[in-house]
Amino acid sequence: MDIWYSIIDMLPFEWTGHTFMKNALLAIILISPVFGILGTMVVNNRMAFFSDALGHGAFTGVAIGSIMGLVQPLWSAVIFSVVFSIGIAVIKYRSRMASDTVIGVFSSTAVALGIFIQTSGGKSFGKAMTYLIGDILSILPSEILLAFLLLIFITVLWIVIFNKLMVVSVNPSLAGSRGIHTFWNELIFSMVIAVVVTVSMSWIGLMVINSFLVLPAAAARNIAKNQRQYHLLTIVISVVSGISGLIASYYIETASGATIVLIAAVIFFATFVYRKRFD
Amino acid sequence: MKNENMFHNDCANKSPHQKDKGCKDACCGFCCTKLKNFGVVIGKTEILRDVNLHIHCGELTAIIGPNGAGKSTLLKAMLGDLKATGELKYIDAKGRRNGKPLIGYVPQYLNFDVGSPTSVLDLFMACRFKFPVWLHAPKRIIRHVEEALSRVKADQLINRRLGALSGGELQRVLLALALDPIPDLLLLDEPVSGIDHNGLAIFYETVSQLRKNYDLSIILISHDLDLVYKYADRVVLLKKTVLENGKPQDVFQSENFKEVFSLKWKDADAQGREEQ
Repeated sequence: MDIWYSIIDMLPFEWTGHTFMKNALLAIILISPVFGILGTMVVNNRMAFFSDALGHGAFTGVAIGSIMGLVQPLWSAVIFSVVFSIGIAVIKYRSRMASDTVIGVFSSTAVALGIFIQTSGGKSFGKAMTYLIGDILSILPSEILLAFLLLIFITVLWIVIFNKLMVVSVNPSLAGSRGIHTFWNELIFSMVIAVVVTVSMSWIGLMVINSFLVLPAAAARNIAKNQRQYHLLTIVISVVSGISGLIASYYIETASGATIVLIAAVIFFATFVYRKRFD
Repeated sequence: MKNENMFHNDCANKSPHQKDKGCKDACCGFCCTKLKNFGVVIGKTEILRDVNLHIHCGELTAIIGPNGAGKSTLLKAMLGDLKATGELKYIDAKGRRNGKPLIGYVPQYLNFDVGSPTSVLDLFMACRFKFPVWLHAPKRIIRHVEEALSRVKADQLINRRLGALSGGELQRVLLALALDPIPDLLLLDEPVSGIDHNGLAIFYETVSQLRKNYDLSIILISHDLDLVYKYADRVVLLKKTVLENGKPQDVFQSENFKEVFSLKWKDADAQGREEQ
């Protein structure tokens, strides 16, 4: 951490004087590529709504953790949202219900349950607000380590699993004829999203976290011709909007998660306007 | 993989004359695929029953039949997508590798997201290699994919997005994909729409060439009787079970055929005579 601090200290900006900004910046640099990478497949697989529901599940997990008297409700939230994601995946696979209906059922139930638990016994909702808005400025060095581990984990996972996921996303029966099992690959992917969304929920904010997952990939998709361009552009857009959003939020005194997402949205609309038909 | 190719070469080395001789019913040392008492039941509906087929390598077998005859179901069952009763057996040239054949499959239509930033190269790479598609495309892989595409004269399509391909181009790409690696058995489900007659004729020409070059067993579901008559070595008339099985001329003359296709064939017949 000391090395990081001394590097940042060399920059001639006012915000470099605050340790919390240095921590937040490092966290953003580590976590935004994770969101970018996962986002490529969320968008490819049309899972935007699904990942949104996972965020809701994570919120309920936190609520459950806090009534169980855990100091760190994070881990109960991780477990809950992984179970939640398996539940959605299995029911989606087993039933003939449209997947948006399945997801809608789960997501509404989770939010209702989360609020019910949080407010039970006349408690105020205030404590839960941190999770909704997110606060990357109060990130701890131990959490930065967690973000770093997530980045390593996702990179390795992507090297191993991406090809299979891609064939599945193009067409499940084509994948089947190539001996790729759609269900298991999709299940692993949704569990990973559940973990990442839950862990970073308190940094980015539940209300905007899904946008951070979807927007960079959606923007890159407007101008990318193949998967290499798609990944490169997504990660660049993700990191650029992450860093600039954080610094902008310092000067204009806004919530950083929301500011980051707004910048990503601006990039999306810019690429949308400039998109060409690559035929 | 090398072994399989070797067997195919063995098979290819025999002259066609040799192959015909006495090879009507038994495999007699050549690779072939056998379906024995094949049947499929979905829910409580029996879709296929007692299907017995014997397909030699180097033969293009066309499956024809009315809508709902179970043609696509048969292919899916052979692929293992659907549960089937009976046996599917593959016997190679020397009887060394018996059992499950390596199957290439070209689906009837590919339902995919046309806006996806996935190129033809990406699809091949993801299907055939472990090297992560998103990271980098090494030269050896690009060369391999170009080679695979050139089998169907589609190497110029390598960097195109899947969504930007025309129906005929996509079909050729999928055919190239099914041929990589060279399978024992190639299953083709001809698209009902999206490709014009001319495009289909080119497709048949390509498939027919491939059959000769690689000594493949090809099973093709077709709706174009005209082209079947011209290109197929053997025609199977399917309606829940095999009604007719034989040379195109014979099958097209049969009573069963006339009953099933009484109206459709009139046009094709007239055209066929004109060509002769």
